Amino acid sequence: MTAPLLSIQGLTKAYPGVVANDDVSFEIGKGQIHALLGENGAGKSTLVKMIYGLVTPDSGRMEIAGQPHAPATPLQARDAGVAMVFQHFSLFDALDVAENIALGMTDPPPMRDLAARIREVSHAYGLPLDPDRIVGDLSAGERQRVEIVRCLLQDPRLLIMDEPTSVLTPQEVEILFATLRKLAAEGTAILYISHKLEEIRSLCDAATILRLGKVVGRCDPRETSARELAEQMVGSTLSSPARPEHTPGDTLLTVENLSLPPAHAFGTPLRDIQITLARGEVLGIGGVAGNGQDELLAALSGERLSPRGTVTLDGSDLSRAGPEARRKAGLLSAPEERLGHAAAPDMSLTENALLTGHGRKGLTGRGFIDWRGAAGFARDIIAAFDVRTPGEGTAARALSGGNLQKFVIGREVLQGPTVLVVNQPTWGVDAAAAAAIRQALLDLAEAGAGVIVISQDLDELMEISDRFAALNEGRLSAPVPAATLDVKRIGLMLGGAHDMEAAE
Amino acid sequence: MISLEKRPTPSRAWTYATPFLAVALTVIAGGLMFAALGKDPVAAIRTIFYDALFDPQFAAYSRPQLLVKAGPLILIATGLALGFRAGVWNIGAEGQYIIGALTGAAVGLALYPADTRMIFPLMVIVGALGGWAWAMIPAILKTRFNTNEILVSLLLVYVAENLLASMAVGRLRNPEGGGFPGSRNLSQWDSAANPELIADTGMHWGVVAAFIAVIFAYILLNRHLTGFHIRLAGQAPRAARFAGVEPTRLVVLCLGISGALAGLAGIFEVTGPAGQISIDFNVGYGFTAIIVAFLGRLHPIGIALAGLLMALTYIGGELASFMLGIPAAAIQAFQGMLLFFLLAVDVLTNYRVRLGRREASA
Repeated sequence: MTAPLLSIQGLTKAYPGVVANDDVSFEIGKGQIHALLGENGAGKSTLVKMIYGLVTPDSGRMEIAGQPHAPATPLQARDAGVAMVFQHFSLFDALDVAENIALGMTDPPPMRDLAARIREVSHAYGLPLDPDRIVGDLSAGERQRVEIVRCLLQDPRLLIMDEPTSVLTPQEVEILFATLRKLAAEGTAILYISHKLEEIRSLCDAATILRLGKVVGRCDPRETSARELAEQMVGSTLSSPARPEHTPGDTLLTVENLSLPPAHAFGTPLRDIQITLARGEVLGIGGVAGNGQDELLAALSGERLSPRGTVTLDGSDLSRAGPEARRKAGLLSAPEERLGHAAAPDMSLTENALLTGHGRKGLTGRGFIDWRGAAGFARDIIAAFDVRTPGEGTAARALSGGNLQKFVIGREVLQGPTVLVVNQPTWGVDAAAAAAIRQALLDLAEAGAGVIVISQDLDELMEISDRFAALNEGRLSAPVPAATLDVKRIGLMLGGAHDMEAAE
Repeated sequence: MISLEKRPTPSRAWTYATPFLAVALTVIAGGLMFAALGKDPVAAIRTIFYDALFDPQFAAYSRPQLLVKAGPLILIATGLALGFRAGVWNIGAEGQYIIGALTGAAVGLALYPADTRMIFPLMVIVGALGGWAWAMIPAILKTRFNTNEILVSLLLVYVAENLLASMAVGRLRNPEGGGFPGSRNLSQWDSAANPELIADTGMHWGVVAAFIAVIFAYILLNRHLTGFHIRLAGQAPRAARFAGVEPTRLVVLCLGISGALAGLAGIFEVTGPAGQISIDFNVGYGFTAIIVAFLGRLHPIGIALAGLLMALTYIGGELASFMLGIPAAAIQAFQGMLLFFLLAVDVLTNYRVRLGRREASA
């Protein structure tokens, strides 16, 4: 290997109570695609933020092409040739593509020249973009292209990508990978952050594995199995959830011809959704972010009402019933956004247990709250779902994402739902907690409930679903038995490649 | 360099300590201001906080004023706090206060000179309804047409003030008043009077109502599901909808309660301390109550204490400007400091102050 492009020596960064990075060292060569692997909280984000100048390290040194690299701001990092595509897009919905890109540039050229450059660069890398389109109208995959093209216009020497595929269909992922390989062949180094192991195995030539802020392994991912990688990440052997054979029972939930206009300007309408869910069944609903997942959950939870006859549980029409009435009838749900939607951030776990549990758990009498009962319910959830917290008086926002997610799912599961609908149940949750949550959902189905899991994690859906359906632009495909599916078929169900072409 | 670090959980100790810290800082900063004006700061502070209640010469007059002024402030602020907790911003309590006084007084005056103690309760009920109805205007406009309740309720104050002026010189004017503006004196008509219940304490029915409202609000917020939903809607509106809270219902409820309580304060005022409908019987309690609500942390017990403190700065301030010649503007600045420091030190509840190098967060 030639001299490394980026070399990191003994980088350490501590926050009060936690060492985010502890003596981290690694190197990336010119033209190398280097994977940074680790669970949530392993320190991947802190590490790349230091490279990108968002966080200053406590100690250690970085070099780019032999020159010391100590950026105090992202601007200095960009000047040194570092570009980054964030997991969460930083785009303005109401502006067009060229305006969004100009906003991220220190010295933008005239708009007409910029538009021409955007066309040229985006076509050269197989990511065609129309500079005049309004960003709010773009799909998630297209928005990501805007972010990537924004980086490419800087001619970066090092491109950092943070979980880029979570918003893409498998076909879009292939196109992205072709682009990245082309970039690498031209000499750009790529630091690729992900926890999707198969992707890393097919894309990257080197990997550094982080656990609890420390480098715990380096390997060539092409020669290491996904299971070995996962066990290095987690630090223990993994058990897969048990899914016993069963035959589905009678129908619990029917959704018929459910159409809803979008709730806001850039929302997704629901178009003619049909669902039947049987007792003991897990229905997996896949889809790329922003294709109607939130809207479908809101229509099932009762946050949005739908025309009469569209949502029926156990023979009773719930279309016009609000969230509380649906809970009483046995239709429970857990939205994707934990803080602020499923739970109130500044309220204690006791209060958050009361939030959805007061009716089914009998925690109120004539409107007066039984605080002792609510605290007891919160303690039951904490105990049954192994929620790590000092106690039920702790504010929800003080819990880590995984622990709060266990609490939120546990709160619904322990209420004994007839049907439970969850959106992204393991998003941003570490592997051990994710396994526990999936097992709880399977146990619930085993006990006779119906479960709908909306998720963008296809591996998760394949693992726990009996049947699989895909959401694409607010339409739900006809469900197919999960056992008969492969990734290619799922990709086509998710809407294929949204008219993208591979890099030549 | 000083930096602030968000606490994982709000500090309980600071929640209780910040009001006292704010009062202490106000005393220091206010003392400096009085000194800069060439007045003796110790004497000024002592006059405001101590002489008003305990000076043998003045206390006889000013001590009862404490409850007279604190009563309507607490009554109005308690209602406002429920709305503020839910994120419903009723800024127009002053208007609801005026309308409550007008409607209640009008019903009483229509029955003049009947001699039955039933008239006073009737006036109280109609006064509460009047305030409620005035608050329903922003409530309905908000729920139907999504207007901003802050603007609508505030602008309705000016409508109410003009209505008051028109009534005081028109329909409600005392026919035996020799043409002077203002209604008959309600406090001197036994059927309608809201008398001092215990001599020399300032205690009247409005003060009783204020303390009952405080107790009810406390129970509502801490023990009742509706109160829980009010707090939830204010802190996490999406979570509230997920829990099944109807935003529309909450807007109507909160504006209704705060309007009714402001209306009550109005009718108790014109039948008691003010005595009659006059062009300027309202002295801004409806606006000051907003300050009281925040000073009391939107907590009913806190509001009771804040109302008393606010009333004390009023009567103490009056005494200080009378005794020491401190300009009225300086007293207002002193009251402003109190609110300023209270809001400023609030940051300690949710943040920890750190001395040292500033760092970007993870």
